[in-house]
Amino acid sequence: MEGGEVILDVRDLRVWFPLRKSIVELVTFKPRRYVRAVDGVSFTVRRGEVFCLVGESGCGKTTTGKAILRLVEATGGSILFKPKREVLRELEASGVEVSDGYVDLLKVPRRKFKPLRRELQIIYQDPYGSLNPRFTIKRILEDPLIVHKIGDRREREEMVAKMLEAVKLTPASDFMERYPHQLSGGQRQRVAIARAFILNPSLVVADEPVSMLDVSIRAEILELLLDFRNKLGTSFIFITHDLAVARYICDRIAVMYLGKIVEMGDARRIIERPIHPYTKALVAAVPEPDPENRKRFRELRIKGEVPSAAAIPPGCRFHPRCVEFEEDYDRLKAKCPVEEPPLKRPLEAEEGRRVACWRYITW
Amino acid sequence: MPEEVLVVENLKTYYFTLKGVVKAVDGVSFKLRRGEVLGIAGESGSGKSTIAWSILGLVPPPGRIVSGRILVDGIEVTALSDAELRRKVRWKKVSMIFQGAMNALTPVYTVGRQIEEVLRIHAGMSGREARRRVYELLESVGLHKSIADRYPHELSGGQKQRVVIAMALALEPDIVIADEPTTALDVVVQAQILNLLKRLQREKGLSIILITHDLGVIAELADTVAVMYAGKIVEYGSSEDIYRNPKHPYTKALLRAIPRLRGPVDKLIYIPGQPPDLRNPPSGCRFHPRCPEAFERCRLREPPLFNLGNGHLSACWLNEGEAS
Repeated sequence: MEGGEVILDVRDLRVWFPLRKSIVELVTFKPRRYVRAVDGVSFTVRRGEVFCLVGESGCGKTTTGKAILRLVEATGGSILFKPKREVLRELEASGVEVSDGYVDLLKVPRRKFKPLRRELQIIYQDPYGSLNPRFTIKRILEDPLIVHKIGDRREREEMVAKMLEAVKLTPASDFMERYPHQLSGGQRQRVAIARAFILNPSLVVADEPVSMLDVSIRAEILELLLDFRNKLGTSFIFITHDLAVARYICDRIAVMYLGKIVEMGDARRIIERPIHPYTKALVAAVPEPDPENRKRFRELRIKGEVPSAAAIPPGCRFHPRCVEFEEDYDRLKAKCPVEEPPLKRPLEAEEGRRVACWRYITW
Repeated sequence: MPEEVLVVENLKTYYFTLKGVVKAVDGVSFKLRRGEVLGIAGESGSGKSTIAWSILGLVPPPGRIVSGRILVDGIEVTALSDAELRRKVRWKKVSMIFQGAMNALTPVYTVGRQIEEVLRIHAGMSGREARRRVYELLESVGLHKSIADRYPHELSGGQKQRVVIAMALALEPDIVIADEPTTALDVVVQAQILNLLKRLQREKGLSIILITHDLGVIAELADTVAVMYAGKIVEYGSSEDIYRNPKHPYTKALLRAIPRLRGPVDKLIYIPGQPPDLRNPPSGCRFHPRCPEAFERCRLREPPLFNLGNGHLSACWLNEGEAS
């Protein structure tokens, strides 16, 4: 999918959540503190590409996804998105600033955002919580069509039936009048996928779509998502904590740590040869179904625990946990604790690899 | 000292719901040797947690043990009253790390006080003795003793899980049952906790039953693996046999369904359909509606566990010819 045009260009995205001031802070006029959930993230997604955000809980991957859909308000940065031509025309007609086919999602006023909802969809992790329990499956799938005034009743019913078949809930007539609680977890997730795709969006954010499902049905859901990509050319931002799933489904990966991307590049190459010390630790920690593993202890080259996003360490935010910083202390002591490393192509790495680590980039 | 610390024989634990009888555990037998780690693998609803609750006499209503025997260190626990169980077995002989236990620590007491309570009530220790033991326990799970004065909300997920493990070890049980001990944790913390369990198992010669849906986690620890499907053990054997030479179609499919970190990126194979309703399980082999290799007999007759040698058991008619 390398040939596809850039459909999404995220630049220096920041999402900071303000903390309430304590009494002491109020009295001493200390500046307000923030939880810097996303703290300067830049990446691009091409048409038909599956781009993965991976990282541990609290690294900002979900907040990044939600900020793109304007489900949380970004603090700064820009998100350039290239919608389909008809949507673009609609936006232009309503006076939204368009340049070269792109709109900055963060600059679109809320009341003019509606056409973009057809283009940007999300699949949530929890299929038990993301479907309205009072609606039938038909209503759940028909609702987006009604909201966006697509088709008449008969046409909508046809579209719903076709969509149910596309997600392999067949025969569709068996599922139309059922309620979410009558379906299994895997079936519900199919409904959530059908709902996301019924408006034929250009970009889908999939937030851990298989992590609550049983192992035996995960693969089926992943295949289904890849199917949609292949047939419709949909782009994905796939959010996961599972590197093995990422390797299987993603074209490119961005590894996040405490609100920043620390390594980015081709999915398989990153997992086969991680460069950033944090990525190395993540890859080394994944348990694999090999009976030899029980005979040894896992070597984890990482210290301590993730600090709070309200108190991000100075310099490279990973340096207090970094083993390689210690090993190369004399060379790195002037850099890592002082200055934040840029995301740059490291020495001796393939095209497209970016790493934010002073040990591996030139300076 | 018997070699086998736990014997489960033909255990049947059913839930008597208004909509019918759910046969959650339906004729399960296994043995656990001293110092052995048994991994019980299976998907949600396969009955793996119910086995653990049965051993501790904690099956929640409307469930109860219908038949079968459970011997812990020679004591038949199914015959004990609740009071006797509490006095003789629970926490002293068998302790359990419950799924999500780290979020069940009480928020109003320091963790030190919560561990002390166990020691004072069950072991009759004095306050000072208990405190000293709390420090020992915390250190044995890799926490600083100052953690004793902290409240659960001040600790990270990994630290809380270590506290829960320390509690499970408080009365020095022979057997620890760990139900999804790492499921809610991030990979790095998960690996740290698995290293800890591995170290404790070796140092103390613990027997562990590790219950999880994650075959990767089981491979980190288990000497022996039991694969469950719909309330039954469908395959049982050494880790080597289960991972390198699986015999049951369900085990094979499960192993192929896991995305791997290394090796070729093959198309993942998935198991069509979904686990059966245990109020009304399929006839014959319970896996046959989802099995790619099923044939006539699978629908009609339930396969027994065939012994394939070396303690490797598989409940599949295809393995009948290899049985010894």
